[in-house]
Amino acid sequence: MSEVIVITSGKGGVGKTTTTANLGAGLAIAGKRVALIDVDTGLRNLDLLLGLENRIMYDLIDVTEGRQPYKKALVKHKKFSSLYLLPTSQVKDKSAVRPEQLIKLCEEMRPEFDYILIDCPAGIEQGFATAIAAADCAIVVTMPEISAVRDADKIIGELGRADKNNIKLIVNRIRPQMVEKGDMLDMEDINDLLSIECIGQVPDDELVIKATNDGKPVITMEKSMAGQAYRNIVRRIFGEQVPFMTFPKEGFFGRLKKAFGL
Amino acid sequence: MKIFGKNEKSSRQTAKERLQVVLIHDRARISPELMEHLRDDIIRVISNYMEINRKDMELSLANDENSVALVANIPVNRLKHGGV
Ligand SMILES: Nc1ncnc2c1ncn2[C@@H]1O[C@H](COP(=O)(O)OP(=O)(O)OP(=O)(O)O)[C@@H](O)[C@H]1O
Ligand SMILES: [Mg+2]
Repeated sequence: MSEVIVITSGKGGVGKTTTTANLGAGLAIAGKRVALIDVDTGLRNLDLLLGLENRIMYDLIDVTEGRQPYKKALVKHKKFSSLYLLPTSQVKDKSAVRPEQLIKLCEEMRPEFDYILIDCPAGIEQGFATAIAAADCAIVVTMPEISAVRDADKIIGELGRADKNNIKLIVNRIRPQMVEKGDMLDMEDINDLLSIECIGQVPDDELVIKATNDGKPVITMEKSMAGQAYRNIVRRIFGEQVPFMTFPKEGFFGRLKKAFGL
Repeated sequence: MKIFGKNEKSSRQTAKERLQVVLIHDRARISPELMEHLRDDIIRVISNYMEINRKDMELSLANDENSVALVANIPVNRLKHGGV
């Protein structure tokens, strides 16, 4: 039984590609056969996050246009042996892949994989319609920031109109200190506003950038808070009840006060 | 009176309240087809109780600053016998 999950957002740059790379790696580490399809045509990125940029031979459009079988275009990950990437094309035309082509491709791939994750472009144009067409469920990524939440609501509406009603939410780049000070929305606020079940809150973490530099997903970094958050999300995808991580709530002065009984 | 102005609403609270309103407005942008369906459903339900003037019926979403209301103006021709 395979599951096709589209990773989408409204606003760009909120962490879709980062989420796709990390959940893909996490699912593969758990022994699942995973394919990642990059549908952000013209803006190839997922290969970089996975350190696979030098191994690409063919791309998604070669496959959908029938020039190559999908198996030839898949790039196998060096470290996670059950993780594969189907890279996007670098051509600009966002409508280069049509929804029915992606549906057909996923049907063909389903028997070979446990999970197929689709990295969606930002926005609600043709690329969005293509990316969601084959999906059984959607993960909407947002940030604790007013315009990102608003745009997430738009996308949730669009998903509903396309009859995609199995939707989960990830709140990315939470800054616990700001939440603590009352300067940032937290996961519960966003849950309230969007009325969508949250399967993860990922802290803003410098190690994400370092991981990206190295082409190794942060989920493999034992000490990373973001890595821990992604590991939790993977378990929730498997249906486990994992409590949400509590961030260190108090800053230095809070702890100091406590130590002195203030 | 607080000298240090700690009484101010937190920016988190402000963001949440602003979003609550803006999302209501965004979601209220209902397509004409959906409005047509809603209108038909309302007519069907109300017709069980009274005879209404469908031609002059008005149905709209009214936006004001803090809320969205569904406003219906439905002229009643007569109540049905045995009603209530
Ligand atoms: N939890 C995090 N902590 C710190 N940095 C992050 C985090 N998540 C994402 N980023 C950074 O934010 C930037 C945007 O992330 P990413 O490319 O995944 O977003 P995207 O939604 O795929 O963007 P686009 O809409 O352009 O496709 C990247 O530089 C990434 O390293
Ligand atoms: Mg991206």
